[in-house]
Amino acid sequence: MGAFLVRRVLFGLLVLWIISVVVFVMFFVAPHDPARLLAGRQATASEILAIRHNLGLDRPILEQYGSWVWKLVHGDLGFSYRGSVPVRDLLGSRIPVTASLAFGAAVIWLVIGVGAGVLAAIKPRTIADRLVTFFALFFYSMPTFLLGLFFLFFFFFKLYTAGFHLFPGSGYVNLKDDPLGWADHLILPWFALALVTAAVYSRLTRGTMLDVLGEDYIRTARSKGISEGRVIVRHALRSALTPVVTQFGIDLGALLGGAIVTENVFGLPGLGQLAVQSISDQNLPVIIGIVIVASLFIVVANMCVDLLYAVLDPRVRLT
Amino acid sequence: MSVSSIDPAQSALSAPEPSTFGEEGEAAKEIQGRSPWQLAWARLRQDKVAIGSAVVILLITLVAIGAPLIAHLVGHGPGDTYPFLGEDSYGLPIGPNRTFLLGADDLGRDVLVRVVYGARVSLIAGVVASALAVLAGGIVGMLAGYFGTAVDTALSRFMDVILSFPLLLFAIALVSLVGPSLTVSIAVIAFFSWAVVGRIVRGQTLSLREKEFVEAARSLGASDLRIIFVDILPNLVAPLIVYATLLIPASIVFEATLSFLGLGVVPPTPTWGNMLSDSLPYYKVAWWFMLFPGGALLITTLAFNLLGDSVRDALDPRYARLFKA
Repeated sequence: MGAFLVRRVLFGLLVLWIISVVVFVMFFVAPHDPARLLAGRQATASEILAIRHNLGLDRPILEQYGSWVWKLVHGDLGFSYRGSVPVRDLLGSRIPVTASLAFGAAVIWLVIGVGAGVLAAIKPRTIADRLVTFFALFFYSMPTFLLGLFFLFFFFFKLYTAGFHLFPGSGYVNLKDDPLGWADHLILPWFALALVTAAVYSRLTRGTMLDVLGEDYIRTARSKGISEGRVIVRHALRSALTPVVTQFGIDLGALLGGAIVTENVFGLPGLGQLAVQSISDQNLPVIIGIVIVASLFIVVANMCVDLLYAVLDPRVRLT
Repeated sequence: MSVSSIDPAQSALSAPEPSTFGEEGEAAKEIQGRSPWQLAWARLRQDKVAIGSAVVILLITLVAIGAPLIAHLVGHGPGDTYPFLGEDSYGLPIGPNRTFLLGADDLGRDVLVRVVYGARVSLIAGVVASALAVLAGGIVGMLAGYFGTAVDTALSRFMDVILSFPLLLFAIALVSLVGPSLTVSIAVIAFFSWAVVGRIVRGQTLSLREKEFVEAARSLGASDLRIIFVDILPNLVAPLIVYATLLIPASIVFEATLSFLGLGVVPPTPTWGNMLSDSLPYYKVAWWFMLFPGGALLITTLAFNLLGDSVRDALDPRYARLFKA
């Protein structure tokens, strides 16, 4: 276990290092001149020179990279062009929104996905199985933003005009200020984000559950007279969950991507909305900050998932 | 159609013979040997879901190719704005009527014509990006799996790194630097999809290279490149076809997402993604503006996913399929 842990952490660090190099090369070394980009269209040559000096762009590249990483490690992400707010503070105010959205959606997708998969597996080839299969394929083909738009139209607008003010169409309320309002504002975004991925999980769970239910130890458990529910939950589901955990690690990046899209559909003031805004403003420090912070989150979360997986399934540690 | 092109003996099959592959004909009839491709094709032809989705995809392709013709028949170009005909006195888009069969959008443009033109972008992005991803993934996967050792370690780690990148964010970062366009979208989609294919091909190659026929080829003095492309590649065609058909809908969704976020094809060119993005402020007053591009997108991805699932089922019947009717 120790060796596996070390190897996994080293790989995580390697990915982080590569991401830092890629981001640095993309934004600071690539063919365009960042100083010119920062200075704007009407800058004079001397202004550009001054900016270049200020940014340290006249220094050797390795030195630039070193000081940039040094600042990153100390949490210094520079200043936004808009209002000269520190990028760190800007991101700090957005992260809770994205985290609420992503976390809630992940819980819903796991519960619905695994639940539907188990249901389909214990009653294979029945109407329930067919229904799960049909909905899985339907939602799997559905782009997240499209599902979000349909939700807005039917569950917000149509209900609203029919006199049911159940869900707000946009906006966000802090969890601390108003927990109920928080959930109410997030419920449509949660489901829009969760259902697309839940489809994959229901297929995955169904497949592994069917395999596991055919195993000898399940027959043994049944023959001991254990109740069917207990056999399914305690004996079968436990080992059927391992591939689900792996898949979950792989999907963390997709979860974040989906969150970006969902925020833009439902007007949630999270990282994704900020990212898209920053692109139209050409607000580079903010974009860089978001990419770095999100990558860090994904790499660390991925690492945790893999470690969890190694705890669940001892064979992994050997590979 | 990609499926018909894989069949080496389509004409041979069209000879009069029972369409089922059970040999219930005259007992004296010679038992014919059939290649796995012929068997797969026979299975596919009997699959109603496969036929149905193939027909839908064919129709969408025809519509995309014939987009200028449709625009000509309707009389509106994809970028033509009709501020008086297409908008009411409040400046809001008008719904489906005789002039605008599927309604008009926020600038008074014909939704039908724009949806039809949008199919072009989606199909091109989906097919080209998947083809590139399968090509790159296939080559890298085969090299990693065949050569093993250090080559394998380096290439596999590289694929692992790409797979652990938050792709949409890097797409955002890249687009913010080089500016959005169809080419950039396709490059981004292909770059983040090939590693998945690469991993699978690597695994398959790893077991294929231990097979006797590879050993035989090697003992005859075949070069590594020859073994890879002449002996191993044909065995990988089936999974590659399956992956190509399943990558197409994923790429279409990815392209639409980029367009929706304003990171894909630049606005005057209609895409389903940017139409949906334009429709967002109007969803309360103009359902047609959202429904038709959204419906077109959903039908297309659904058809490709159903077809991909059927193709996988036909090529590898052991695989538990996603949907069976």
